[in-house]
Amino acid sequence: MANYYSDHPELKFHLDNPLMKRIVELKERDYTESEKFEDAPVDYEDAIENYDRLLQITGDVAANIIAANAESVDLEGPHLENGRMIYASKTVENMEAATKAGLWGLDMPRRYGGLNIPMTTFSMLSEVISAADASFQNIWSLQSCIDTLYEFGSEEQRQKYIPRVCAGETMSMDLTEPDAGSDLQRVMLKATFDEKENCWRLNGVKRFITNGDSDIHLVLARSEEGTKDGRGLSMFIYDKREGGVDVRHIEHKLGIHGSPTCELTYKNAKAELCGSTRLGLIKYVMALMNGARLGIAAQSVGVEQEAYNEALAYAKERAQFGTKIVDMPAVYDMISRMKAKLDAGRSLLYQTSRYVDIYKALEDIQRDRKLTAEERDELKKYSRLADAFTPMAKGMNSEYANQNAYDAISVHGGSGFIMEYKSQRLFRDARIFSIYEGTTQLQVVAAIRYITNGTYVNIIKEMLENEVSENLQGLKERTAQMLEKLETAIATVKEHANQDVQDFLGRRLYNMTGDIIMSLLILSDATKAPELFEKSANVYVRMAEEEVNGHASYIAAFRPEDLEYFKAREAAAE
Amino acid sequence: MSLKIVVLAKQVPDTRNVGKDAMTAEGTVNRAALPAIFNPEDMNALEQALRLKEQYPGTTVGVLTMGPPRAGEIIREGLYRGADTGWLLTDRLFAGADTLATSYALATAIKKIGDVDIVIGGRQAIDGDTAQVGPQVAQKLGLNQVTYAEEIEKCEDGKLTIRRHIDGGVETVVAPMPCVVTVNGSAAPCRPANAKLTMKYKRATCPLERPADDKYAYLYEQRPYLNLNQWSVADVDGDPSQCGMAGSPTKVKEVVNIVFQAKESKTLTSSDADIEGLVKELLNDKIIG
Repeated sequence: MANYYSDHPELKFHLDNPLMKRIVELKERDYTESEKFEDAPVDYEDAIENYDRLLQITGDVAANIIAANAESVDLEGPHLENGRMIYASKTVENMEAATKAGLWGLDMPRRYGGLNIPMTTFSMLSEVISAADASFQNIWSLQSCIDTLYEFGSEEQRQKYIPRVCAGETMSMDLTEPDAGSDLQRVMLKATFDEKENCWRLNGVKRFITNGDSDIHLVLARSEEGTKDGRGLSMFIYDKREGGVDVRHIEHKLGIHGSPTCELTYKNAKAELCGSTRLGLIKYVMALMNGARLGIAAQSVGVEQEAYNEALAYAKERAQFGTKIVDMPAVYDMISRMKAKLDAGRSLLYQTSRYVDIYKALEDIQRDRKLTAEERDELKKYSRLADAFTPMAKGMNSEYANQNAYDAISVHGGSGFIMEYKSQRLFRDARIFSIYEGTTQLQVVAAIRYITNGTYVNIIKEMLENEVSENLQGLKERTAQMLEKLETAIATVKEHANQDVQDFLGRRLYNMTGDIIMSLLILSDATKAPELFEKSANVYVRMAEEEVNGHASYIAAFRPEDLEYFKAREAAAE
Repeated sequence: MSLKIVVLAKQVPDTRNVGKDAMTAEGTVNRAALPAIFNPEDMNALEQALRLKEQYPGTTVGVLTMGPPRAGEIIREGLYRGADTGWLLTDRLFAGADTLATSYALATAIKKIGDVDIVIGGRQAIDGDTAQVGPQVAQKLGLNQVTYAEEIEKCEDGKLTIRRHIDGGVETVVAPMPCVVTVNGSAAPCRPANAKLTMKYKRATCPLERPADDKYAYLYEQRPYLNLNQWSVADVDGDPSQCGMAGSPTKVKEVVNIVFQAKESKTLTSSDADIEGLVKELLNDKIIG
């Protein structure tokens, strides 16, 4: 039987990464929970076996239930009934299967009913589910909102909500409003304290809320009357059991049809404050968004894989001019690039997940005891790495998912344009990945300071010290030359000392950085497992070199006055 | 009302995905070339049992299987999905059993388990395709039986209401408990394995399955639920002459390839002529004799 996990041994390769040992040790607090909980691992191998089993189960559910339902979900979509959102019937079936399989609240501590799995494992599950149906991955992975409630909510709130999420209740993060999209500081939804009932009340409208009719909402609202910026915003928990929030509209979208995107009206809805007032946007939403970005990176990798599978399967079957198209250079050029982007993008996803795991686990330990000096350094190091890598993993992978979905249609030719083939759905679904949880342009904004302040360059230099196998030496040297070009380009951009120029060229620096980091990651993977990654390493480094050289030339030749050629006419006329 | 349910399940070679090595030159199944799986219709039966467990708190579901030590996997698959316990009948004396000896062994074990309300299994296994074991178990235990079940609709006043999948339609019957039910492949598919239960029971084994140098051997004392029941012929007070090869009158005379030409069922009236005609046909085809 098909299994979306075990059919792709690349996943197991990442599960067995050496850094996992430290992650699991921290997460499991030296395996002390095995005395209290029957499902807790007794040692490292036991933990990895648990994750492997969990991935097997999810891979089975993904391949045999979720993927089988995906077309029907795409066609039916959710609908509105008396202010309530009703999922597509097969989405309900997927949710029931996920509940029976126990796939909710997985990264929560066991004392609340979770399985205490690391983010790396969670990202793998996310990828596997997304490959089956990206729209279901949205609903499923929004359970990660519980991480934010766990981190910043009170013990009472944890005990009230976490077990419910572990039992299959869904979540949403209600941030966007009609006038507050990328710029969340403009959120207007009003929170007022009801002295009589001793609770908060929410009034206003939220828009574009994914899974907006969920059981438990995290809501960004303005609690400080008269304020206009992010410092007047707080985070609230709205429990659907209390009532007061209705769905006014469900959007008709290009893709991820199964994932309901709702407009919500809050009418005096009772809510609980999560954490402290005024920290809603500047602290909690930032944490929430970082988690969500990793989720989208995983969703993207799932679609990269599925698009590649579809293209390869079709190219192997389809014959023209008396030969299978997979054997034609123009076609295998496309397919090999798809695989290279997949392998490199996945490696970046899991490298990022591991960084997140280490610092999150240390932060969690810090809640119970003081960290040692070494632990504090470790926390600082990995927290910085996670901050730098998350916008890279999200931006690059969301673009790769789009590129792979586009190429999958190209490989299919005319058939790819026909609705009966899966490729068109992947193409439609992928389009949102580079938009929500921050567009690629905003990922560049989040990453750029790590590019200009040398964080990435230092990481790249460290990575260049790792040995690669003999036959990959040449590729490594070419990557080292790419770094020189990046350093020159960064220096050039800085010398201009012009913010517009930096913003304009930022994307190019970002792509160069991503290309080089992923080149080094795939070289390292190919050294450890040549049977899985050597081909991709050869394809990817060449592709990266082609792109880095192009960007380097562009930046070298660019003059600040050139910006005038690019400004939209209307703006120029003003 | 709480029920005691025993699910009959068999580990079978996966004959649904056969390659060219699926059969030996002698015409028997090449077990080495096919992965061992939980017989699909037994999975449907397990699902029906688990649904009853959800509806009637206190209900227990146990998986009973017979086979070599590695068939312990069948019990684990049951535990991963919500079964409470299991029994593996394993003994050299059980080996080589035909349906008669198999049903003898199972019936003997069910007596040993005792006070069972429902015995439920798949209609047939995909390796033998006989559909005989369930009915024979019922016969040996002197219980009512309902075959081709598609759904156990309810359980009331000591009776089960069961929808059966029959040729050309469905039929709903009521059967008093205790009874034996065999489930058709058209019934609801079984739920997936549960993550937490899988983590809990992944090392549950019967003693014969355990490797000598198992680094987790210490867990079998710490966590008693990891010790699966392993029963020999003596453990179930069985008569060795009715078990395994010794208790199996079936002998394979010849194996021929056949292609089904028409539909597999025939509708007969209750007239003597029709029945006599069928008996003659079966005699001619050497199906009975």
